[in-house]
Amino acid sequence: MDSLIALMPEFWKAAGETLYIVGFTLFFGGLGGLLVGLGLYLTRAGSILANKPVFVVLNLFVNIVRPIPFIIFLAAAQPLARMVVGTGIGNNAIIFTISLAASFAMGRIVEQNLLTVTPGVIEAARSVGAGPLRIIFTVLLPEALGPLILGYTFIFVALVDMSAVAGYVGGGGLGNFALLYGYRQFNPVVTWAAVLLIIVLVQLVQFLGNWLARRAFRR
Amino acid sequence: MPAPSPVVELRDVSKVYPPTVKGGAEVVAIDGVSLTVDAGDVYGIIGYSGAGKSTLVRLINALERSTSGEILVNGQDIARLPERELRPVRLGIGMIFQQFNLLGSRTVAANVGYPLEVARQPKDTRRARVAEMLDFVGLSDKARAYPDQLSGGQKQRVGIARALATQPGILLADEATSALDPETTHEVLDLLGRVNKEFGVTIVVITHEMDVIQTLATKVAVMDQGRVIERGDVFDVFSNPQQPASARFVSTVVKGLPSAGELAVLRHRHPGRIVTLAFRDSSVDQARVFGEFAAAGVTFEVVYGGINEIQGRSFGHLTLALTSAGGDSSIDAVLDRVRTLTTVTEVR
Repeated sequence: MDSLIALMPEFWKAAGETLYIVGFTLFFGGLGGLLVGLGLYLTRAGSILANKPVFVVLNLFVNIVRPIPFIIFLAAAQPLARMVVGTGIGNNAIIFTISLAASFAMGRIVEQNLLTVTPGVIEAARSVGAGPLRIIFTVLLPEALGPLILGYTFIFVALVDMSAVAGYVGGGGLGNFALLYGYRQFNPVVTWAAVLLIIVLVQLVQFLGNWLARRAFRR
Repeated sequence: MPAPSPVVELRDVSKVYPPTVKGGAEVVAIDGVSLTVDAGDVYGIIGYSGAGKSTLVRLINALERSTSGEILVNGQDIARLPERELRPVRLGIGMIFQQFNLLGSRTVAANVGYPLEVARQPKDTRRARVAEMLDFVGLSDKARAYPDQLSGGQKQRVGIARALATQPGILLADEATSALDPETTHEVLDLLGRVNKEFGVTIVVITHEMDVIQTLATKVAVMDQGRVIERGDVFDVFSNPQQPASARFVSTVVKGLPSAGELAVLRHRHPGRIVTLAFRDSSVDQARVFGEFAAAGVTFEVVYGGINEIQGRSFGHLTLALTSAGGDSSIDAVLDRVRTLTTVTEVR
């Protein structure tokens, strides 16, 4: 317990880093997921921009990337991170890699959320002369908003999960903190403190997500 | 009276879907249909599900693209028009749907205003037009409600207000009342009737319910397997259907023709010959027909029948059981004479 109190500055710093990583990956991964999901949805057979080759390639890519365990993906994507962010280590490198992995995971969720929109509503929009871009922004996304919010809440937890291995490439965060000061120094109280904070964080976000989704559903 | 001008004209239009599996057969949804809808018509298209009527109506606003043929909307062939150039065409054609297809994320007012946004109308114009349309469909008090707070009939009235927001000359109704109960159906049909009369909107209504045609339409086309098998004024088709499929539809609403089951009972009860006579308007003199039977010594009993009214004109059928001391030959002789006066169908 005394050691935990002594570690308080590191603990809060780690918590800040987790929020930093999760915040940025939620933004970039969320945006990427939205694009991938829209791509999958719009190009599938019968949709407004149906395009079989694009759909097949995109679908295959998602299926290849998604099942790779993240710790392996992190190692495999390091050269790519070095190319894009200039470095293969540290928080920014891991933000890149998580965002990439999350784009594909979230893409699938976004696709499924969009499929809950009844095709008839899109047909109604087409019947008054709305084009694809207008349909995306005035019909698809607003109509799927409730499920989308829940989808993003769900992916938030996955992001916290993925951020825990940041330590392996020299990043920080609560996962790194728990490993470094708790697990390796046989100090379970320190590990549990990190666990507790993560639980509180996830609960808060889930609560917020549910509340927003309910507003979107109930309107 | 000036000749009616066609607002929608299909010329030998076909729609073929490619095979769903490799090596499978292609599906001909619409098979060489030609159809003319004149300004001010309420044109009913009736057929069983799968007959192709949903596809046909979607060809008119190019939600479905035809494989061949010409589709003229207000004189312009839209069949080969690229998607981008369809917007002005679609703004001139409203559409309502069986499942209403309202945007659940928008209020009633915002749903009605949606086509006006697409048409890039200024906000003031939109607001005025939305108020006007909601007043027309009697839902001004629901402007700020969301679709899931409305009943089915109210949703369809919002659908109608939305479809008419851009003041289109044509309204397509795709099974618009099929999801509604009978009473609400008649509210919506009355409203569509007002749309036609007050705004002069030409309406194309597709349905599998003959009473929709009976209440609303002035002309009707009967579809079967992608083809129009019969068409004409509603009164003509109702009173004298030429095709078996048309006759089946007519029999669902027209009182006076016994069903197969009822016919079996009648045959059992009346061992003699049974005929059905058609009476249309005042063109057939019932007294003369019955006079022929009396003169020939053929006695008859009315065993089934009914007289209907469609668009202010009446027609009907009477089924008679005939007996004669003179036997079949005297009955044949009188039936030959009656055939010159009206349509006679021998049911046994």
